Amino acid sequence: MPKITIDGTEIEVEKGTTVIQAAEQLGIEIPRYCYHPGLSIVGVCRICLVEIERMPKLQVACYTPVTDGMVVHTNNEKVLQARRAVLEFLLINHPLDCPVCDQAGECWLQNFYMQHGLYDSKMFEDKVKKQKALDIGPNVMLDSERCILCSRCVRFCDEITETFELGIFNRGDHAELLPYPGQELDNKYSGNTIDICPVGALTDKDFRFRTRVWYLTETPSVCPGCSTGCNISVHHNDKRPYKAGGIRISRLKPRYNPEVNQWWMCDEGRYGFTYVDDDSRIVAPQKKTRGRWQELSWNDAIDEIANKMKDTIDKHGAEAFGVILSPQMTNEDLFAAKRFFKETLELENIDFEVAAREKGYEDDFLMKADKNPNTEGAKKLGVSAMDNSGLEVAQMLAEAKDKRLKALYICHHDLEKGFNKEEVKAALSKVDLVIFQGTNQNLTSNLANYCLPSATFVEIDGTFTNFAGRVQRIHKAVEPLGESKPDWIIFRNLSKRLGKSMPYFEPEDVFNALVEEVDAFKGLSYEKIGEHGILLDGHEESAEKEMGALVA
Amino acid sequence: MNIHDKYKPLTFWEKLYLPAIIAGIWLTSKHFFRNLTLHILRALRIRRSAMGAVTIQYPEFLRPLFPRLRTMHRLTKREDGTPRCVACMMCETVCPANCIYIIADEKLEDPQIEKMPKSFDIDLGLCIFCGYCVEACPEDAIRMDTGILEISNLTRNGMVLDMETMLNLEPRQDRYVKYTKEGDIVSQEYLKQSKSE
Repeated sequence: MPKITIDGTEIEVEKGTTVIQAAEQLGIEIPRYCYHPGLSIVGVCRICLVEIERMPKLQVACYTPVTDGMVVHTNNEKVLQARRAVLEFLLINHPLDCPVCDQAGECWLQNFYMQHGLYDSKMFEDKVKKQKALDIGPNVMLDSERCILCSRCVRFCDEITETFELGIFNRGDHAELLPYPGQELDNKYSGNTIDICPVGALTDKDFRFRTRVWYLTETPSVCPGCSTGCNISVHHNDKRPYKAGGIRISRLKPRYNPEVNQWWMCDEGRYGFTYVDDDSRIVAPQKKTRGRWQELSWNDAIDEIANKMKDTIDKHGAEAFGVILSPQMTNEDLFAAKRFFKETLELENIDFEVAAREKGYEDDFLMKADKNPNTEGAKKLGVSAMDNSGLEVAQMLAEAKDKRLKALYICHHDLEKGFNKEEVKAALSKVDLVIFQGTNQNLTSNLANYCLPSATFVEIDGTFTNFAGRVQRIHKAVEPLGESKPDWIIFRNLSKRLGKSMPYFEPEDVFNALVEEVDAFKGLSYEKIGEHGILLDGHEESAEKEMGALVA
Repeated sequence: MNIHDKYKPLTFWEKLYLPAIIAGIWLTSKHFFRNLTLHILRALRIRRSAMGAVTIQYPEFLRPLFPRLRTMHRLTKREDGTPRCVACMMCETVCPANCIYIIADEKLEDPQIEKMPKSFDIDLGLCIFCGYCVEACPEDAIRMDTGILEISNLTRNGMVLDMETMLNLEPRQDRYVKYTKEGDIVSQEYLKQSKSE
């Protein structure tokens, strides 16, 4: 293990570590553009120059491995002067269209200029003009004038997705980042190139011109797009809520988690949040009378629904009641639902799985065919038909068609995704009482008698269990839209109305009760889950698989 | 010149009290009788050129404006008539009253500029006329030199200026008094013009 001195502090690091990584371990930040811990090292931007004693010239910190007894200075006059010079060089041809550029506010050229630059420009020549606003893919817009040729995006496409769409063409000050002729940047992970671009060369078509980054607040969360459960930051607009026509969530960005998604996320998850502020959101409890929807207050809705549920069970027995829960719900929601349906109402027909008719896209990197974030959690909690010795979803629909099922409680599902449209219509129209609880209107909600609005993943606290058995927390970013409520609160209120109260006030209360009752979650708490999640017992092996898929 | 006067010790003449009182009454009466005479002459249409009072007869006569005065906002245009504004939202960010509302849009016809405001509203009911928006603008797109200070409306919504209105406002330099570097008023034409009306 070589010992190295950086700015007077000695540190022992592993062999093969580079100077920039060793400095990072000490908490010394060396500016960088081309260096990214997830990509190969090229050393092209030259801003991470440091002085190493007994070396005649300044060295790049990202590409220099440490050797025993190395003495590094990252902050002396010589280094600072070199940084200033490199910045001046990088900005020779960089257009200063910061007012237009969507990277303004998180641009590394801006930041480093303020920290290390502040020189007087010596340039009088006109800047080299290149192509602006170039549409290079379904999600990405390129401005090659702004590119500083750090080649991060090129390396991302070569090493991570291995799709080889981008290249740097021409030489000297005519060098330009472009997609290869006839190709466009349309791989399943193209959005990551925008994240890793340190300047505003690659911008997000979905985010461009919508809002400025300094209006956004970040909340850590987990992507609900598939069962991988990538760690994300939700960027939401709190400071200027009147902006962007009522769209509160501006974008999702991946959050570093070495065990799950590292630095990346897929485009499907990144752009899959639009339903949160969509017009189709259900914003108040609704009741269908003579074919028309009528809004209700929560009190009336809970009263009416609880009474009708009780009547049905009294008249036809528990076997005439079907419950379809959803793996879109958090562990807390599912646990409250289980308590309510299984213990308060003593129902048997509880299931959650609706197999999709079209198999989702899957690869060996991040995306999984199962597009639900909490299938594993639902299995662990025992809300499937197998655990309850009741009917499966398909059987429930068949029973409904034969008029043997009198009531259905459907959570979040759009049954059309799993079954034929006609089949769903035929089944649901024969059930006397259909209650739909979910976020957005769909075919199933239109066929229901009652609609209860539930909050989306950005509006609640809770936990998801991913495919590998990792429990991860999601956090509330914005207030629930309209009168929507978290699912577990709806179940709690219904349960209280039917005589059995659940003493839960915070999602943490539900989780603590869950931990006590479900063996798989034994010993967990919100503190223990932390920001990177925690693996459930008996899942070490699959965790290695999870990591293996990433390394491969 | 003025505020320090009261800290000065009184002169002998002032200490006598009565002469100063008489001097004050003399000054007041002088104005009173002068105005009385002039107003009567004006009412009898004998002499109309001289003003009757030292106050300005607003709104018939407008007060000259000083160049540093910030009046209603306007948006400047490029040569082709499109707004100079690129919707960078600097003014909105810096605005302490949060009265600027911009929604950005893509400028499709000119990729060199790329961006323009889709809507640009200022709620003058909230604006405190601090002029920070003018200072913050990197494009010189917003200015407060219209010379319009009669801003009133019957509804709150009527106080909201939209982009169309602000783009069509012209700078009214003629309403402003011009100064030399030393601070002397150069153009008295406006004052004379007002008086002779």
